[in-house]
Amino acid sequence: MADIIKSDKLTFKYNINSDTPKTALSEVDISVSSGEYLVILGHNGSGKSSLAKHFNAVLLPCGGKVYVDGMDTSDEQLLYEIRRTCGMVFQNPDNQIVATITEEDVAFGPENLGLSRKEIRSRVDDALKTVGMYEYREHAPHLLSGGQKQRIAVAGIIAMRPRCIVLDEPTSMLDPAGRRDILNIISDLNKNHGITIILITHHMYEAVNADRVIVMDQGKMVMEGTPKEIFVQVEKLNSLGLTVPQTVELLYNLNQSGFNLPLDSITLDECVDTLASQFCK
Amino acid sequence: MIKDVSLGQFFPGNSIVHRLDPRVKLVLTIVFIIALFMCRGPVPYAIMAAFLFTVILLTKISFVLIFRSIKPILILLIFTAVLNIFYATGGSELLRLGSVVITTGGIYTAFFMVFRIILLVVATFVMLTYTTSPIMLTDGLESLLSPLKKVKFPVHELSMMMSIALRFIPTLIEETEKIMSAQKSRGADFETGSIFRRAKALIPVLIPLFINAFKRAEDLALAMECRCYHGGEGRVRMRILKLCPLDYISIIVSLSVFILAVILSQILTFGVLI
Repeated sequence: MADIIKSDKLTFKYNINSDTPKTALSEVDISVSSGEYLVILGHNGSGKSSLAKHFNAVLLPCGGKVYVDGMDTSDEQLLYEIRRTCGMVFQNPDNQIVATITEEDVAFGPENLGLSRKEIRSRVDDALKTVGMYEYREHAPHLLSGGQKQRIAVAGIIAMRPRCIVLDEPTSMLDPAGRRDILNIISDLNKNHGITIILITHHMYEAVNADRVIVMDQGKMVMEGTPKEIFVQVEKLNSLGLTVPQTVELLYNLNQSGFNLPLDSITLDECVDTLASQFCK
Repeated sequence: MIKDVSLGQFFPGNSIVHRLDPRVKLVLTIVFIIALFMCRGPVPYAIMAAFLFTVILLTKISFVLIFRSIKPILILLIFTAVLNIFYATGGSELLRLGSVVITTGGIYTAFFMVFRIILLVVATFVMLTYTTSPIMLTDGLESLLSPLKKVKFPVHELSMMMSIALRFIPTLIEETEKIMSAQKSRGADFETGSIFRRAKALIPVLIPLFINAFKRAEDLALAMECRCYHGGEGRVRMRILKLCPLDYISIIVSLSVFILAVILSQILTFGVLI
């Protein structure tokens, strides 16, 4: 599959003009293939958000290059083309809703693209149905719950029909139910709509369903692999200030007390099966 | 205490008045006010009042609410009445207390002045703010002002700012309440003391509120940019305002009433005071 996003020796520094520039990213090489479900993990200040912001030209590299579907993000002519290829959802749902009516907000992106009215209408309806908020289309967003607001924000991005969506800690301000809804929508978009997903998070269990996991630390990519490959390295993750999903933690702790269980049972079902086969012989 | 702040005082509904195009309502309200100032004598005023009365009936908003809307301007009304009773002259003398003279002309003017202000205020409420959602009002204004784009007046920016302000008012109210609760839980006192003391107690509320508001503004700007916002140029609105037969009918009916009232006041002025 073709790469939808590719970074080449991407370096970024904050406060570049001051005496003490802070390096956020140093020489990061990442390629994300079309249709992939990628999760980027890292603790606060690891550079994961800065990295995400390069994927739709919100931040521009200080060194190196970022290509979105072959387009160089530093080319200002391509800015809107890049942003409609790669949409972005942020942490706080309140701060990304523009309009006072749900459907008006979802329409905001397509309106900016200058599409025909009919096309905007059909995209808005489709997007709202995809996130399951169609019946709320005429409601005021501020009366909805956090999870519902975040679904509206996702719909606002889907309505622009991007090929890739970057979600920067989209669940960190939501309650467990809202969190589950958003994760289900993300999987659905990836599996059934073929949209490339880049999910930034520090909740380990959100990475369980990913195709690939990248761990960032101090502006560098320190680990890369499938969720199973990553989460079995419990000690290494702990040394980076990260935890592992509770399933792996349970198995790891059991192993510490003398058992010999495989650590790669990362989903709840797999974990239950592993334990069952061990103890119910 | 903050929850009582009602915004734009919009009463949602589905009456004929609610369904009218906001532009029609805006223009008709302005024309109503102009016509009101051109009216002279009891009959034209009665026509205008009857028109307004019909509109109120159509909106299905209770009269109690309408009367309540006059309450804030009560002082203004009394002031106007008193001033006119003492200063307007004409007609026969009713009462003389030293240099103060009260004439029938004075009372007559005072009465019509007060009546005019009441009609004016009620008309704006009923025809505009009570029956038009703030967002519709903004859209209507944008559409009405759009010819000014030719002289480089930032119409789109203005309406965008207004609608974002409307969008964030409930969010900021909620936030203010949260901050106040947090301060109260640490012993802050907002309810007792002199007005200065209470105003001073609000400073620790306002500072975090402002800082957060700036932070929100930054986030929102970023989110808008990510959704390809680049000003009004090349932007297509999904929902456009479109005049329907109901709008045309109400324009024709209202304008005929206004014109009738103005013409009658021109004809009937002879022989009537003022």
